[in-house]
Amino acid sequence: MTILSQAVIDSLPYLLPGIFTTLGLVLTALGIGLIMGVPMALIHVYGSWPLQYIIKTYVWIFRGLPILVLLFLFYFGIFPLLGLHISAFWIAAIVLGFRTAAYQSEIFRGAILSIQDGQMLAARSLGMSRSQAIIHVILPQALRNALPGWTNEYPILLTDSSVCYAIGVAELLTRGNQIVARIHEPMTIFVLIAAIFIILNYSGQWVFARIERRYRIPGYGEGDTR
Amino acid sequence: MMTDEIILRVQEIHKRYGENEVLKGVSFDVRRGETKVFIGPSGTGKSTLLRCINQLTVPDSGSIWLNGEEVTHAGPAINLYRQKIGMVFQNFNLFDHLTALGNVEIALLRVKKMSRQEARKKALMELEQVGLSDKVNSYPAELSGGQAQRLSIARALAMDPEVILFDEPTSSLDPELTREVLEVMRRLARNGMTMLIVTHEMGFALSVANEILFMEHGLIAEKGPPSEIPTSPDFTRTRRFLGSFQD
Amino acid sequence: MTLLQFDFDLLLPVLYQGALVTFALILISAPFGFLNGILIAVGRVYGNRFISTLCHGYVLFFKGCPLLLLLFIIYFGLPSIGITFTAFTSAVIGFILCNGAYNSEYLRGGIQSIPAGQMTAALSLGMSRSQAVRSIILPQALRRSLPGLSNEFIYLIKYSSLAYMITVVEITGAAKAFATKHFAFFEVFILIGLFYLGLVTIAGYVISRVEKRIAIPGFGGT
Repeated sequence: MTILSQAVIDSLPYLLPGIFTTLGLVLTALGIGLIMGVPMALIHVYGSWPLQYIIKTYVWIFRGLPILVLLFLFYFGIFPLLGLHISAFWIAAIVLGFRTAAYQSEIFRGAILSIQDGQMLAARSLGMSRSQAIIHVILPQALRNALPGWTNEYPILLTDSSVCYAIGVAELLTRGNQIVARIHEPMTIFVLIAAIFIILNYSGQWVFARIERRYRIPGYGEGDTR
Repeated sequence: MMTDEIILRVQEIHKRYGENEVLKGVSFDVRRGETKVFIGPSGTGKSTLLRCINQLTVPDSGSIWLNGEEVTHAGPAINLYRQKIGMVFQNFNLFDHLTALGNVEIALLRVKKMSRQEARKKALMELEQVGLSDKVNSYPAELSGGQAQRLSIARALAMDPEVILFDEPTSSLDPELTREVLEVMRRLARNGMTMLIVTHEMGFALSVANEILFMEHGLIAEKGPPSEIPTSPDFTRTRRFLGSFQD
Repeated sequence: MTLLQFDFDLLLPVLYQGALVTFALILISAPFGFLNGILIAVGRVYGNRFISTLCHGYVLFFKGCPLLLLLFIIYFGLPSIGITFTAFTSAVIGFILCNGAYNSEYLRGGIQSIPAGQMTAALSLGMSRSQAVRSIILPQALRRSLPGLSNEFIYLIKYSSLAYMITVVEITGAAKAFATKHFAFFEVFILIGLFYLGLVTIAGYVISRVEKRIAIPGFGGT
């Protein structure tokens, strides 16, 4: 068995759309998570008690359930029940998005809480209203502090995107499996796909690390602020 | 209470860190029962010297001899020598996850392979020696600075070492807590323990030392018994250094 | 199709069998994943150049490769080069390898957060390095890594469901099979959801009790 037979090399281009689908899933989910996560965090910190409870339950559910169960639940259960017929890709993106939103809201919440007391006091003492304080003082700092934890969602989403194979999304692993079904060299193909995932993973993390470094507040988090 | 028997010989120790030569050839002999105190400006290699003696820091050249056996280049046998050389640190280095009793017992159990009863008996005895019998089940975080340092002395003593090295034992302590530790050390010296002490506590040094060694620029500049310091020409630099302490 | 109109009598035994498999997967993988983590972390921090690099590479690979893909490699890939495991064994191997990698990162952080003076003091008492690591460093490092390690255990509980993708009939698999046959997806998966939520919540509760019990005064991972 040669390591890279001609059949393997010929089938490589077939993987390319899979890579795009995977990245599409990940980035869409990240976006959904961000759009939902920030407001959820704000409600969790500043909202009324019943609203907080709703958010807490949401987070509990979407963090406590395995991604596979969530995918099955939505793809086979909820969406058909609601009579919505959308593609597996979008269902997967939504499920991943809802799930990362739960994690992201906790990340943002932690970041907000870590600066909340002192900063809010200072802002109010200058005469700002609560919402002004939140918009102009709390959020700008909290979002920057949340960056390291937030960028950590990328590798998690990337590895979870492979589970979307279970509902037939044509991402990288699915495509790889289809190749294996055709040319029967599973070890080579799978190891190759692992290599692709690893490259996507660490290069993506590198990109996010650069973004994070650009927006990091200098000297923050090193000891007390005076 | 010093004898004539030389138990520790330090010969021509050199140590450099990068560009900085911290020890430029330090030599001396230590007799059984002797208390030597090293004083001098900060950064003159006194702590490094102590760490070279038990090879926690490996000197670039020179040799250390304990009871006629060479400690330098000992390889794995260094662990045996370290049992005979006790060390007390400026920041205690107590094992945070163990009680006071546990701290003293652990080396007895793991290194000396004592039975549980033997180890416990010995540990309790040492803790009583340093006045910590009421704190045997406390954790290091629950002890005051003075208690913590006395505990680390007990831990070192429990190994029945031939010599104990004290690396600025009271520098991290408030003045009130320093006294209780110095008391323990004074008693140890009186009872014949061989001790090498690096300290800034001048009064203590002068009262307990058999020999004072003044280190400057990585070398032993001046040395002799404390009684000669006020008058002897051998101690001119030492006097100047000590003078800077009087204000 | 109306809700809750199916036969509990049919469903529950099936789910019960599946749950047993789930528990087996978790209870076997967790301890070995933990030990694996210790080995890799110690190898990485205290090993020589070669071992340290090897362990580093191990972590990079098993964190970067999706768990599902790893399971495929073990169950579908290895047979083509002559190594065959049962589906259950493949799943356990995959979990141990992956869980171990993540555990080792938390343990490594725990080890590196122990002040250097602890090792110094241990050595000064005549302990060898390995004695010091075993008796002084690891007990403290384990306590400091506990939050991260318990987090990974929760992940193991959830990701045990992936074993279904390599034909292990654990509870998710059992549920899907039943749901497909009786066309009751929504109800069945709500039940499965409750199962996992319950499991995760109970595990979390037990863990926080354990953390409180083994906490040492003044010792809090600072």
